[in-house]
Amino acid sequence: MAEKRKINSKVVEEESNSSRRDFIKKSSLLTAFALAPPSIVLASENKWDEKIAEYLETVPLSIEVNGIKHNLNVEPRTTLLDLLREQLQLTGTKKGCDHGQCGACTVHVDGTRILSCLSLASMQQNVQVTTIEGLSKGKKLHPMQEAFIKNDGFQCGYCTPGQIMSGIACIKEGHANSREEIREYMSGNICRCGAYHNIVDAITEVKEGGKAL
Amino acid sequence: MKNFQIIRALSSNSAVSSIAKESSAAFIAGGTNLVDLMKKNVVAPDKLIDINGIDLKKIEFLTGKVTIGALAKNSQVAEDEVIKEKFPLLVLALAAGASQQIRHMATVGGNMLQRTRCSYFYNTDMPCNKRVPKSGCGAIGGSNRMHAIFGASDSCIAVHPSDMCIALAALDAKVFVEGPKGKREIKFTDFHRLPGNTPEKDNTLENKEIITSIEIPNNNFTKNSHYLKVRDRTSYAFALVSVAVGLEIKNNIINEARLAMGGVAHKPWRLLEAEQFLKGKPVSEATFKQAATLAMKGARSYGDNDFKLTLGPNAITEALTIAAAK
Repeated sequence: MAEKRKINSKVVEEESNSSRRDFIKKSSLLTAFALAPPSIVLASENKWDEKIAEYLETVPLSIEVNGIKHNLNVEPRTTLLDLLREQLQLTGTKKGCDHGQCGACTVHVDGTRILSCLSLASMQQNVQVTTIEGLSKGKKLHPMQEAFIKNDGFQCGYCTPGQIMSGIACIKEGHANSREEIREYMSGNICRCGAYHNIVDAITEVKEGGKAL
Repeated sequence: MKNFQIIRALSSNSAVSSIAKESSAAFIAGGTNLVDLMKKNVVAPDKLIDINGIDLKKIEFLTGKVTIGALAKNSQVAEDEVIKEKFPLLVLALAAGASQQIRHMATVGGNMLQRTRCSYFYNTDMPCNKRVPKSGCGAIGGSNRMHAIFGASDSCIAVHPSDMCIALAALDAKVFVEGPKGKREIKFTDFHRLPGNTPEKDNTLENKEIITSIEIPNNNFTKNSHYLKVRDRTSYAFALVSVAVGLEIKNNIINEARLAMGGVAHKPWRLLEAEQFLKGKPVSEATFKQAATLAMKGARSYGDNDFKLTLGPNAITEALTIAAAK
């Protein structure tokens, strides 16, 4: 399904993420069927094992994500990152290294930036989470999102949700007073494309713009 | 990651009694190291006791000292205005560690208990006496660029990874702990240990004990202190070598000196002999170089980390020079 978005008067045509994800899911499922004996296929088709395991091994969790309250059951080992991506289908937050080394999974919990890959969802009882999906107001982008587009603060875009969440926090914390300070306090967000210069430009512009974040 | 049970403890007492009943349980606070170790299957507890609900987050300024709760976040300590004024060395060390996201999650107690980042400890396909006692050491004769030059043994040459702890060792901090046998205090420099034949033990915490707070005495190093961290990139990397310096200088004479190194040993490495040498000496490059030479006595490298024998004394001289010039 093609989707048209208007960004800074440029019309960007892109393939929606969901179609690519669906394709990967379906093709892996077909491969699994082809390789598995029929009884296992039946069990897995009905997700029996998952349902039994879920009943035995989950804990209840109340959590607010981007203003929406959820009452869920999660395995104690589920990370906040996997909860967001797999259970709540909020795939804007990215899984880069999954070991706290890249910052792609940065989200705000009760207004503080943290790494969702190293946070257990079961320990986030009654917190308020903000992800990249929660920044825009309707079709109006957040000032930091606009500044990243204007300053070309990305190339491949994979680290961008984490960079943007971290950039907003960097200003709110009062650590965006010079280019050096921004670089130091953004050092937990790695960009393999090397868009650092433009990322610092974007954060500087938002800081100097003085808009409410 | 293996699945596990999770429970919440609301007092240090209940946390200790919960863990006392379990053979394979662990406390979890910030989780920035533990969750990573669990993902890598380096540790696999059956039960986690979430201690974040315990009231141990306070920073309290008392006569002649400060006490910091074990659950105070690294960023909370680093950004406390009074800590900044009275203990700039601690603030510099905290700011040099990890990233702001991790500092927002990580606690003071957890920082002290973080495990080595030796790649053989993390790789479950490799031998490691720290992970599996008596399985051998992959780093000796292996890839050991990050490894120890002081106090290592034939069993282990891993280094302690914290920056905060290097400053706390230099500042003569104390650690308060609570366990099934009651409460006790430990000198910070006695908290972490050398590997010897039992590298699986990082510290002198006894079974089922929990850290409740640390205490730092006030000092006269607020003006002339520095934390120098040498690493592979400007920020967000573990130390190759780091140096914590606190100097008390009057009329260009050093009245008192504190020196500790990171990235060189299984524990924060206090340089007592060099400290003693500096007392009463004038501030000069020659003095600092002599102190650095003294500090390196007994250092031994293992191949890939030979460069630390040169980097070490240079870093000490540089840190002393910067601290004295402030």
